[in-house]
Amino acid sequence: MPELSRRQALTTVAALATAAGVAAAPATAAPAAAGGHHDPHSPAPFDEVYRGRRIQGRPATGGHAHHGAGYAVHIDGVELHLMRNADGTWISVVSHYDPVPTPRAAARAAVDELRGAALLPFPAN
Amino acid sequence: MTVRKNQAALTTDEKRRFVDAVLELKRSGRYDAFVTTHNAFILGDTDHGERTGHRSPSFLPWHRRFLLEFERALQEVDASVALPYWDWTADRSLRSSLWAPDFLGGTGRSLDGQVMDGPFATRAGKWQITVRVDGRTFLRRSLGTAVRELPTRAEVESVLAMPTYDMAPWNSASDGFRNHLEGWRGVNLHNRVHVWVGGHMATGASPNDPVFWLHHAYIDKLWAEWQRRHPGSGYLPAAGTPDVVDLNETMKPWNDTRPADLLDHTPHYTFDTD
Repeated sequence: MPELSRRQALTTVAALATAAGVAAAPATAAPAAAGGHHDPHSPAPFDEVYRGRRIQGRPATGGHAHHGAGYAVHIDGVELHLMRNADGTWISVVSHYDPVPTPRAAARAAVDELRGAALLPFPAN
Repeated sequence: MTVRKNQAALTTDEKRRFVDAVLELKRSGRYDAFVTTHNAFILGDTDHGERTGHRSPSFLPWHRRFLLEFERALQEVDASVALPYWDWTADRSLRSSLWAPDFLGGTGRSLDGQVMDGPFATRAGKWQITVRVDGRTFLRRSLGTAVRELPTRAEVESVLAMPTYDMAPWNSASDGFRNHLEGWRGVNLHNRVHVWVGGHMATGASPNDPVFWLHHAYIDKLWAEWQRRHPGSGYLPAAGTPDVVDLNETMKPWNDTRPADLLDHTPHYTFDTD
């Protein structure tokens, strides 16, 4: 699992999410823990529809995928770049200067900010 | 010699020249390279990993060099142009001349945040957002909605009074002048202004809004004011700090400049108040 490229991991996650729906979130969390990169303090996965958008969060696969965020959030299946601050708060690339307490709050803030617009995949590292 | 002026004091001709030079950098494609660079550092700078442009001591010299690069690019278009600064403690209203149609244009409409007037409105035809995180190609703002008030002069004074430049752990958790100015801790100066403007300024691709440069030119000026107020305090850390740019280490992406080379702004420009 650690050798898996970020793109492959994202493709796999997206495929699982499409195939398994809501059940995908806990299923994909397990390999990250097995790979030894899972932060034991990482927030729990979530999967909900917020203001008509599907938002999902789960501990991240791949050690360097998000330079240590350790957690991945998707909006309608597209990854939202997320970062954890030293005090445990979170920010995303669409709301970068305004920390919120949880990844779910960051996902919801992003949906608010997008006002229905499609998120674009951020450039690969 | 480049003199950086308060944007409120610019003449009509100075505003027009600044806007025209920015639009020319946009047309030629050079502008978007600055947006790309900024977003790359926003994504890459982390509290517990390598950090250079943000959430670290080099936040201030990194942006000083970044603004110098942008100002030099403007001057290749029009040698008379200098970066103006926006003192948001003084010009704190939506009615400021900063947001007038002859300068940066105003706030976005409530429907979608789209800026509808001024030279950077999408319908003026010269400002398409290409380096972006979502599908929208128009400039967005939402002045004063996500946070109601810009920082006050008293809040700025409370940060300028801090005698230590920066402190371990040299990130968003630090005490000291740099992190209070950056805004991850305390009264929150720099970060709050990004949030107050909203739209693109709230994102990692914040230089998509030309007000980015005026905001950072003022942050840069506050660093100069701090130095004048604390002549015995220097840039920290001095040496040997993993993941952090020490005084005499070079900074990415230029790799030819150290914080030590950027502490004195006067070889490059002066302020109208100097």
